[in-house]
Amino acid sequence: MGSSTYMPKSKVGKWFEERLPIMGLMHSTLGAGYNAPRNLNYWWNFGSLAGFMLVVQILTGIILVMHYTPNVDLAFRSVEHIMRDVNYGWLMRYTHSNGASMFFVVVYVHILRGMYFGSYKSPREVLWFLGLVIYLLMMATGFMGYVLPWGQMSFWGATVITNLFGAFDFYNGMGESILHLLWGGFSVDNPTLQRFFSLHYLFPFIIVGVVILHIWALHLPGSNNPLGIDAKGPGDKIPFHPYYTAKDALGLSFFIVIFALFVFYMPNIMGEPDNYIEANPMVTPSHIVPEWYYLPFYTILKAVPDKLFGVIAMFFSILIFFVLPWLDGSKVRSAKFRPATAFFFWLFLVNAIFLGYLGTKLPSEIIINMGGGIDALTLGRIASVFYFAYFIVIIPVVSRMETTKPVPTSIAQSVLDARKEG
Amino acid sequence: MLKIVKNIGLAAMIILGSVSFANASGGSSFEIKKNDWPHAGPFGKFDKPALQRGLQVYKEVCSACHSLNMVAFRELTALGYNMDELKAFAAEYEFPNGTDDEGEEVFRKGKPHDYFPAPFASEAEARDSNNGALPPDFSLLAKSREHLSMFTPWNSLYGEDYIVGILTTYHEGNPNGDEMTDGMYFNEMFLGNMIAMAPPLSDDLVEYADGTKATTQQMAHDVATFMYWAAEPKMEDRKRMGLKVIIFMTILTIMLYFVNKSVWRKVKKGDDLV
Amino acid sequence: MTTNDQIEHEEEVTRRNFLYVATGVVGAVGVASVAWPLVDQMNPSADVLAMASVEVDISPIPVGQTISILWRGKPVFIRHRTEKEIARGVSENNDPMIDPADDQDRAQKPEWLIMIGICTHLGCVPLDNTEFQSGDYGGWYCPCHGSEYDIAGRIRKGPAPRNLDLPKYKYLSDTTVKIG
Repeated sequence: MGSSTYMPKSKVGKWFEERLPIMGLMHSTLGAGYNAPRNLNYWWNFGSLAGFMLVVQILTGIILVMHYTPNVDLAFRSVEHIMRDVNYGWLMRYTHSNGASMFFVVVYVHILRGMYFGSYKSPREVLWFLGLVIYLLMMATGFMGYVLPWGQMSFWGATVITNLFGAFDFYNGMGESILHLLWGGFSVDNPTLQRFFSLHYLFPFIIVGVVILHIWALHLPGSNNPLGIDAKGPGDKIPFHPYYTAKDALGLSFFIVIFALFVFYMPNIMGEPDNYIEANPMVTPSHIVPEWYYLPFYTILKAVPDKLFGVIAMFFSILIFFVLPWLDGSKVRSAKFRPATAFFFWLFLVNAIFLGYLGTKLPSEIIINMGGGIDALTLGRIASVFYFAYFIVIIPVVSRMETTKPVPTSIAQSVLDARKEG
Repeated sequence: MLKIVKNIGLAAMIILGSVSFANASGGSSFEIKKNDWPHAGPFGKFDKPALQRGLQVYKEVCSACHSLNMVAFRELTALGYNMDELKAFAAEYEFPNGTDDEGEEVFRKGKPHDYFPAPFASEAEARDSNNGALPPDFSLLAKSREHLSMFTPWNSLYGEDYIVGILTTYHEGNPNGDEMTDGMYFNEMFLGNMIAMAPPLSDDLVEYADGTKATTQQMAHDVATFMYWAAEPKMEDRKRMGLKVIIFMTILTIMLYFVNKSVWRKVKKGDDLV
Repeated sequence: MTTNDQIEHEEEVTRRNFLYVATGVVGAVGVASVAWPLVDQMNPSADVLAMASVEVDISPIPVGQTISILWRGKPVFIRHRTEKEIARGVSENNDPMIDPADDQDRAQKPEWLIMIGICTHLGCVPLDNTEFQSGDYGGWYCPCHGSEYDIAGRIRKGPAPRNLDLPKYKYLSDTTVKIG
């Protein structure tokens, strides 16, 4: 983002650029002025897709707020007003609700890509932190947004999640005081809904701010690449525009097709049917599940028998990503040249999906019908232990012990090598 | 090595996905009957005669206990009624309209912009008249009873099938031979099998305006169609627009594929390096 | 480079440029079609449109009485005028007026005066002087800045620039009028 070589062609452009060099900033950030490694694969599309989803969520969100009423007596009905009466209201709401899921899908892939290709390693640690901050803000935003329709799952999800903070009961009554502060009352009620609405509107703009920092931090060292080696020579890099603008446009267009399939043909598949019943503080639904993107952490929470330590374990399971750059002691970034790391990465992914699956199950449910049967709680504990072991034991040990494959000397060289073979 | 792990992961996902949803159906051991719905699928459209019959069943049978809070009379144009029929339909209902000079409540006839009135003034009154049970509102019932499974769509339970199931799977007494609580009925579909609603339908309970034979199955089917419409009135718009969007975006994606290929032509092969 | 190569090259460039422009145009069409729903959602929604017109049963209004009803968030005066009032309105047709209009043009049926009850000056609701034919003009009086309207809702005195506005209305029958 620093100085720019951008030269406007028109007189007006020059006049303006001298006074506010914003076009130059765009040029050197996402235009021809930014040189990116030439070998980025399609996994690198997910950054721009995440940016797109943020814009979609903010746009549709602003529109929904024009018709929504944050009041316990009116919220549920105002959402149905949007669905039934507002012009294209159903489109706005289904885009926003499915957009949240899509945003998380895209961001999860983006994070996993960073893990696989070692994008968190030096000198990109701060870039990694900022990304995690965005992710945490998204979790908070998504949770509060889910409360707004004031359906049964909204209400009971809010009740369960806020009650987690009651676990910090270090001396008499402290847990309860925290809860009263969060709720603005003695249970989840109108004050809670209104503050969640306020913060749900605010947080996306904070996310925008952190995204700008994230892109700034990206442009100092430049993008990582599938080989994980530094891009040095001019032959290693190509201008962002037109190469990656074309590639991102293609990826975006394809992504929208998938997104549209959900919005138009299965708009409720990622939601919970109980949320089409208005919130009722007297009746808890028979089966409370958070949105799918929280499920792995929910299983970790349930796996720990103690309330306080369960909550700590759950927060820890996310915060541990912050120390990943130091847990990994390898000199090579990309898992392409680290077979053992790659193996455990895929195992970690399968385990994380399995944790998510267990999140939808009751603890006593039998998952594997062997012997006396293994229930979800036991499996959740095993999977949780593996989750933490991956960070605390496997990565530190494997990254320092394993013999890596030979790494190409430069990106350009690897292209020329492939050219010779092909 | 990587391939193996990937395959294991894939297999694991398929197994996880295909675990049956015994839980979703409320733990009952009865088989759920699936019906064909003309409004299902990507090109599905509402069956208007069925919607009209469903409205008739709702009005003559269900509305004695069940409200339909979110639906306004004006929306019934979607069922194929014209404005005059709509006005006549709305005028059959009465709405409070303030008080007269002596403080007595006065009523006016319903208008298209009015919403279906609730049969009971309060939840307490509703429970009192229904053996302590609260008859749920119908506006979103079809959507709030469905269980959709993304990875194993064949395990999905649609709200319409649930409604038909509730209406058509009553048993006399308890098939398990257990004692029945007073005022409760055995129903295969209902969670826990004990339902407070007496079997609401019986053959020829209504006389259909279009002459269709009003069997229990037929009425259940019609009212389920109507309730799905009530829950998702914009479904046809949604699917119609979805088709356009997906065709358009597919074309754009194909074009962008060739643009991208053309932009990358030299760089991809490393021609710029030699 | 031979001439043939050059021609081939130029053809390719043309083809490529066409592809780029066509894709750009299709993309722009896509963006434009997305823009419409984003704007149209601000237009009146179905429940609001359903209230855009009201049907009023005027049969219970006795001669010499005014009712006001709410239409599109504004008061509408419906006055059942007496013969005397109609005669007075017509007789004053040629008096000096700020916004001259004939009494006959103020109502589709002379005995039913239907007007939007909002002062054309700054939007206050005028008070009814009709009952006792009080004031100089026996019509409506705006308390905000003293505009006076006569028995046909014509502005006769004060700062208001126009006669009281007439809504669009239609008699569906002798006793029912549809406003809007």
